[in-house]
This record gives sequence, C-alpha cells and structure tokens, in this order.
Amino acid sequence: MLFHDTALVYGRYLRQSLRSRFALLFGVLMPLLYLFFFGPLLTGLPLGGRGSSWQVLVPGLLLQLGLFGASFAGFSIILEKGQGVVERLRVTPVSRLALLLGRVLRDATVFVFQAVLLVLAAVAMGLRAPLPGVLIGFAFVALLTVSLASLSYALAMKLDTPHSFGPAINALTMPSMLLSGLMLPMSLGPAWLDALSHLVPFRYLVDAVRDAYVGSYTSAPMLYGVLVAVAFTALSVTVGTRVFRTAGA
Amino acid sequence: MALITTTGLSRTFRTKRGPVQAVRGIDLTVREGEILGFLGPNGAGKTTTLRMLTTLLAPTGGSATVAGHDLAADPAGVRRACGYVAQSGGADPQITVREELVTQGRLYRLPRARAAERAEELARDLDLAELLDRPCGALSGGQRRRLDIAMALTHRPRVLFLDEPTTGLDPGSRADLWELVRGLRDEHGTTVFLTTHYLDEADALSDRLVVVDGGVVAAEGTPSALKLRYAGSVDASLQDTFLAITGRTATPADAAPVAV
Repeated sequence: MLFHDTALVYGRYLRQSLRSRFALLFGVLMPLLYLFFFGPLLTGLPLGGRGSSWQVLVPGLLLQLGLFGASFAGFSIILEKGQGVVERLRVTPVSRLALLLGRVLRDATVFVFQAVLLVLAAVAMGLRAPLPGVLIGFAFVALLTVSLASLSYALAMKLDTPHSFGPAINALTMPSMLLSGLMLPMSLGPAWLDALSHLVPFRYLVDAVRDAYVGSYTSAPMLYGVLVAVAFTALSVTVGTRVFRTAGA
Repeated sequence: MALITTTGLSRTFRTKRGPVQAVRGIDLTVREGEILGFLGPNGAGKTTTLRMLTTLLAPTGGSATVAGHDLAADPAGVRRACGYVAQSGGADPQITVREELVTQGRLYRLPRARAAERAEELARDLDLAELLDRPCGALSGGQRRRLDIAMALTHRPRVLFLDEPTTGLDPGSRADLWELVRGLRDEHGTTVFLTTHYLDEADALSDRLVVVDGGVVAAEGTPSALKLRYAGSVDASLQDTFLAITGRTATPADAAPVAV
C-alpha cells in the first residue's frame, strides 16, 4: 500500500509541476546566472584543485540548486493547507508516509532534471568532466533534495505562521551556502573558516562531487560525502515521517 | 442504533499563553440515519470536535467510536467509514474536476478503471457531469461545494461530516444543498453530522440538534423540544432558543423591549 500510495501522490504532484513549465525552468535561472556571469571570472584563478575551474564551480552550483530549491519546497504545503487539500488527503486511508514520500520524490525528479539542464549549459561554457562523475553528481543532488525537502515539508506542517516560513528558510540557507564552499573551495580560506565549514554537512557533499568531477571515485572526501549524504537523508526523512504521522494539520 | 458515541471527548491545545481547552468534554450519541445539527457560537469547539471525529486531530481526553471503530485504536476503520467536507473545501484550483474525483477514488484504493467510473457516477449524481474537464478553480461556490461533497462520498461512507457546508452560498445553492443532504439520508441511509451558523438551516434540515458552548454540550434534542424547553413555546424561533441556551443575550423571551 505504501508503494501504491506513494506512486499516486508522486503522480499528482509531478503533474502539478508539469503544468507550470515556467516554474520548472525558472528554478534553474539563479545557478545559470552564476554559471554565465561568475564562472568566467574563475577560469584564470588558482583554485587549488585538480582540473579546470568549471570542475570546481559546477559541483557547487548543482548543490546550490538543490539547497535553495528544496528548502523552499514547504511553501506548497502552506498553500495546500489554506485550500484544505492537506486535510482532505489526510482524512482518506492514504498512507501518511506516502503523503511525504510522493512529494519528496517529485522534488528529487524536478531538481535532477534542472541539474541536467545546468550541466548541459556548463558543457557549452567549457566544462569537461567524466560521465560517471557527472552521474554521481546527480545522485548527490537527488539525496540532498530528498533530505531538505523532507525537512522543509515538516517545518511547513508544524508552522502556524506562514509568513515566518520564508525568513526562517533564508536564515538557514544563506549561511549554509557560504559556509559549505559552494562557490569557491573552502581550502582557499584561512584555517578557522575551513574548520568552521566542516560543521556544515553540505561541505562534505560538495567536496565529494568535486572529486567525482575529476574522476576520483575512491578518495576519502568521496567516502565522507557518501556517508554524510546518506546519514542526513535518513535523519531528515525520519523527522519528516514523524511530523507527517502525527501532525494535526 | 448509535453510529457515533463520544464520552468525555476533549482537546486541549498548548499555546505560548498556556493551555487552551477548545473542547472540554463532549458526550453525545448520533443514531444511524439521523441528520444531526451541531450548533454553537464561534469558538465553541465545533470544528475541533469534527476534526477529532474524522481522525485529523488526536483527542487529549475521552474516547469515541464511529461506525463501530474506536477512534484511538482503529483510525483506519474510522477513515473508511466517514466522509468529511471542511469549511475550506479541499480541491486544488489548478486541477480538473475529473482528476480530483479520480484521485480521490484511487486514495480510497479503487483500481484505476473503477475510479474513473466512480468519478462519472459521482459527477452524474451531484450534477457535475458538464464540469468534469474544468479546473476546480473555475467553479462557482455552489459547484465547488458539490464537488467537495462528491469527493467525500467517493467510498459511500456511512457518516458524512459537513462543516458549515452552506456558508457563502446563494439562496438557490443552499436550497439545492439541503435537498442533496436529505436525499443522501433518504436514499442511502447516510448519517449526516453538520455544523452551521444558519439557524433556519438547522431547523429545516436536522432531526436533532446538539448545541455546544464553551467546549461542552449545552443542550440537545429535537428542534421543537428545545424551543419548548428553552424559549417557552414550540412556536418560538430557533434564534431565541439558541440565544437562551448560550446565554448570549440578557433579554428573556417575554421581557418588554427596552426603550431605544
């Protein structure tokens, strides 16, 4: 039943995404702007990594896409609460977990699709990276999206004051982006900043994807990246599940 | 036979300013095939009670059974037995009427083909057949309400909960909805539990009334029994009866009007 219900909820929300094609493409706009107008600034700079500056920047932009996009996923639940859709679904025998998983899997689909567009644009700009590495990058985007969207939906279900949702998410995503070295590798910075960034889980993800983009699939950063991504996903989905099972929303 | 029984059903919300007892202890019985009007002033706990009886909100005290299923022990059984129409409705304005009805059928575990058939049946019964391919957001208030009810009837529930179903509807749509509710009971034996602020509606539609105030049952009985007991005459208006029960006015029914 969980599978049946998840597929049903996934279909409902995927169709919703497909109806608003504009929103579907708009999400990729911010990382594209970085790619076009920030990327060329880096081509001659010593970034300390292997490979070209594109192999450093594009992994960061992929995770930025997931970070900003998925964190705001909860907005849709706030709207649906107002329309009564959430209660109407919850009064049926549908699995509570499926109401979360269907939505979260839709988000993963949408953001991986946007990630593909971003990588295609990056290839046009000069990115050259091994295909397995690029695919590993998409897997990390999917895990990050699933985790952050779960937390975002959980927060939105709990929150009684919708207007505080946006500021709360902004207050969390901006420092996360700056401290995880999505734009430039943290190893370029002073030791204290590098140390601080190790407290942000996304730091491990971006390091792993940068390794994947230069073909290092068995490095220590890759191992840490996989462990952190899987643990963070497990934790976030657990939190989301608890909220969706009990929420009086 | 009692279809719904509650004993001391209560709900306390924890807020920053301390606990708020929205429902203090509701004891009531709803008989099978009955149309029950659930009345009370704003904030009396009507919607909270409905949300508890439909498993949307866990009670903090007391117990209830709906169609033989215990609310705490068998919420899935309660969900199969009841349909619920919230004040806000529950359709996504972007989605077509057909897609919402089919999805609802699938949520109640109907196979795909059967869900499509059921959507057609419901659309026919609720006069939505012409509107199946319109987005829900394009429907009028009365049409929206019929769609909400159609969704709630997907699985032919034994009890239908309606939370202020006619609020915001024009007189014609209200009259249609009354007919619909009576028809459900007369033709399918569906038990209907409805809240309303329109006392003429409660009077015209309900077999029995339960008046709640301050989170407890303040009075219950047939409309005429309540009129006789609280307003002094079976010919009294339900308005006066309601005010006498809830103490919202200091004027007794027979007092001389105060000079203006």
